[in-house]
Amino acid sequence: MAYSNKVLDHFTNPRNVGTLDKGSKTVGTGLVGAPECGDVMRLQIEVDDATNVIKDAKFKTFGCGSAIASSSLATEWLKGKSIDQALAIDNMEIVEELALPPVKIHCSVLAEDAIKAAIKDYQVKNGFEVTVEESAH
Amino acid sequence: MDNMKVYLDNNATTPTDPRAVDAMLPYFYQMPGNAASRNHPFGWEAEEAVDYAREQIAKLIGASSKEIIFTSGATEGDNLAIKGVFEMYKRKGNHIITLATEHKAVLDTCKAIEKKGGEVTYLKVNREGFVDLAELEAAIKPNTILISIMFANNETGLIQPMKEIGQICEKHGVLFMSDATQAVGKIPLNVKELGIHLMAFTSHKMYGPKGVGALYVSRKSPRVKVTAQIDGGGHERGMRSGTLNVPGIVGFGKAAEIAMTDMEEDSKRVSKLRDKLEAALMANLEEVYINGNKEHRMPHVTNLSFKHVEGEGLMMTFNQNIAVSSGSACTSASLEPSYVLKALGLGDDLAHSSIRFSLGRFTKEEEIDYTIESLTKGVTHMRNLSPIWEMYKEGVDLDAVVWSEH
Repeated sequence: MAYSNKVLDHFTNPRNVGTLDKGSKTVGTGLVGAPECGDVMRLQIEVDDATNVIKDAKFKTFGCGSAIASSSLATEWLKGKSIDQALAIDNMEIVEELALPPVKIHCSVLAEDAIKAAIKDYQVKNGFEVTVEESAH
Repeated sequence: MDNMKVYLDNNATTPTDPRAVDAMLPYFYQMPGNAASRNHPFGWEAEEAVDYAREQIAKLIGASSKEIIFTSGATEGDNLAIKGVFEMYKRKGNHIITLATEHKAVLDTCKAIEKKGGEVTYLKVNREGFVDLAELEAAIKPNTILISIMFANNETGLIQPMKEIGQICEKHGVLFMSDATQAVGKIPLNVKELGIHLMAFTSHKMYGPKGVGALYVSRKSPRVKVTAQIDGGGHERGMRSGTLNVPGIVGFGKAAEIAMTDMEEDSKRVSKLRDKLEAALMANLEEVYINGNKEHRMPHVTNLSFKHVEGEGLMMTFNQNIAVSSGSACTSASLEPSYVLKALGLGDDLAHSSIRFSLGRFTKEEEIDYTIESLTKGVTHMRNLSPIWEMYKEGVDLDAVVWSEH
């Protein structure tokens, strides 16, 4: 199976790889997937508490090229978005942007789940109302 | 270096040896005859070429040329042997014993047999990949007609104790069939000494052309017969109809002859390269595991797991230049990790992290050096990206983490 150039680009030069301080109140961490399933994504956001805007995002992913590209793209998209805008990101947008084949759609689902998990963690940690809907996937 | 193309997937298929190609060429145009045409020189020379190849192939495995049935490949050979014995020996019994780590050509054929009223026992293997001989013997019942055990495993290269299995079959009067696709032409073997009664193998795994294989069927003590699975002109003593692939068979024969002369040297050279690859990767990287037994395996194969790195992702770091295989789910159509590695007791996570390197006659030392360098870089890149590697490094007990299954 051939990968799209966008997947290859994100895979070879992944954006925003790294770790934020998960103990910090302004950081939300989402860890989704399982090693037995062959993919684990950890996505972190750092939120500016004055403006409610995501000012930084980092990821680390154990998985195939599409999983890595999906999470790398997600961190790019998250930066500068408000929490509400971030929650509106749909996995199918990732599928389209990266031209993922049907067999790799679950990678984009995982990225969406990771975004939601990170936001939920941030909201719970700060005692905010949780606006993340339970994943439909 | 970046235009280097390294082929380390010889268990999938081998390049055709140019010497075999040369032998084949005259049989496409100058000598186009059908080996079954009995009344003109075109047919005679084709038949002569096929007979000669049959001898070359028989000699390689210690059989007589009359015991070689040409097929399209090992999958057909496995089908013909297992289904053919099941139908031919119906009155004797309907029970077949095989291994959980067999190739799909055997496992799926056995599934088909079960649907036709047959009974199949799938034996487990131990952590190293070996069948338990006591368990095998205990599984034999009065209605057992066939034991089918692969010679060498395609994923791990592990070689089963064929002689001991042959003795058990002899003792109980059960036919012994082997899928020897990965072994023939690469290690010395003799069907008579091992007590094998049927053996399927193929040309394209031993530097011959694709699309041609053989089934060895013992003719003497015991005289084995299989029911044909393809009906037609009664070729191959009635066991396999269909016009013979003369150029393919000639190339297969030549490949067998080359194997006889080159095997010893090839295997010494290639096992040295394999050992170098293995040792260097294990020295350069932490948490690298060899899957399967190390001593009793094919000289050209190693199957390694790189912990906390997903196999398909890892392959993407070098697959423009290096061809290997992975037991990762992402590389299979079923999205399940390798059933062979899981049968060795490997967790799904290590199965996802596995890479099979299969070297060959044409592998060069500089290619192995390049592979060592690329793999070291690739694994490091992937581990820098891996959250579970980070957790492992921080001392987090990964088994205690509650993962969100999906």
